[in-house]
Amino acid sequence: MEYEILTGNIIGDEGVLTTEELARACRAEVSWIAELIDVGILAQEGEDPSRWRFCAGDLTCARRAARLQQAFAVNTDALAVMLDLLSEIERLRDRLKRAGLDSEE
Amino acid sequence: MEYKDYYKILGVERTATADDIKKAYRKLARTYHPDVSKEAGAEARFKEIGEAYEVLQDPQKRAAYDQLGTRWQAGQDFTPPPDWGTGFEFTQGRASREATPDFSDFFSSLFGNFARQADASRARGEDHHAKILIPLEDAFHGATRTITLRAPQLDAQGRVVLREHTLNIRIPKGIRDGQLIRLAGQGTPGTGGAPGGDLYLEIHFDRHALYRVEGHDLSLTLPLAPWEAALGATVKAPTPTGVVEVKVPAGSQSGRKLRLKGRGIPGEPPGDLYLVLDVVLPKADTARAQELYRTMAQELSFNPRRALGV
Repeated sequence: MEYEILTGNIIGDEGVLTTEELARACRAEVSWIAELIDVGILAQEGEDPSRWRFCAGDLTCARRAARLQQAFAVNTDALAVMLDLLSEIERLRDRLKRAGLDSEE
Repeated sequence: MEYKDYYKILGVERTATADDIKKAYRKLARTYHPDVSKEAGAEARFKEIGEAYEVLQDPQKRAAYDQLGTRWQAGQDFTPPPDWGTGFEFTQGRASREATPDFSDFFSSLFGNFARQADASRARGEDHHAKILIPLEDAFHGATRTITLRAPQLDAQGRVVLREHTLNIRIPKGIRDGQLIRLAGQGTPGTGGAPGGDLYLEIHFDRHALYRVEGHDLSLTLPLAPWEAALGATVKAPTPTGVVEVKVPAGSQSGRKLRLKGRGIPGEPPGDLYLVLDVVLPKADTARAQELYRTMAQELSFNPRRALGV
């Protein structure tokens, strides 16, 4: 067993995860995923959760949303604002880094 | 195992009300939540805060914890007393939280043996998540990496313990920062014959000495001598797959980008490698070098501040 080499599935920019899989990975319900879509934290076409498909960025974002909601007990609208601000900070930090101006590392 | 003073961790008195505890937790969470904090060690600190809150916000767990009394000091070597937990009946409570699994041995020794009681029936195992750092070179050549993760599991007595879990994983050529590798069945085993959860590995590249990564593109700062930039030149540049020669057009300035198509991270289509030109001045530290600079000053009519109107 020790030398077994595992090959996984790559999840990238294409939607491959079903709504159930995403919900399970966040330890949440499908209805919670639908709430994230309602407030625009995640984007999907149509109303039928069985047709939605999610990418790596969606999973990272939804898990972060789950962690923040647990810690701060915020509603999904406030959660959306927090996530927007956090990604804006990240985008700016990335720009600093690319300009060689990051002093943190 | 070390005793943990959960009251001290949250900065509240032993007599604090449920409301005080919640307020203290929220305040600390704003400071140390790893998603919002850039403080060093925030993640470890937040874990400790979350664990303290998990115990103190639950009247049953808090009462049981209080029963240990005040004779323990934080950090002191701790063994649960033989009568630990008698007379208390714990329910599942908030145990299904996303952030719960990685609590301390101290927590597990006190509360671990009933955290999973409700799981006795058939239930799919939980998914696990981990971030791993790999060298950028793995995206060019593919690799097999051995990783060790700490994952909560049930021991023979049904208690939650942290076990090390070592896996050999194939990193495919073309992987990008932020992508996930999903390993089916490598999460928590299921119970009652149900399937195990999956393990999701979030891939990030180590910081590279030369290349900066953006999606599937890379960029590299390419230093040039002033005459190479001014007159044009063919110069050598490193790429992740070997040294190449690039033609620098005459009249190039610092900041100009040259694109080497398809020299970024492999894929369909592959990314590009951008060379960001950076003109570097030779030092004027010899008489000859100073003379050359003076000749330029005299013979070139050059005002770099013309655009400023001075």
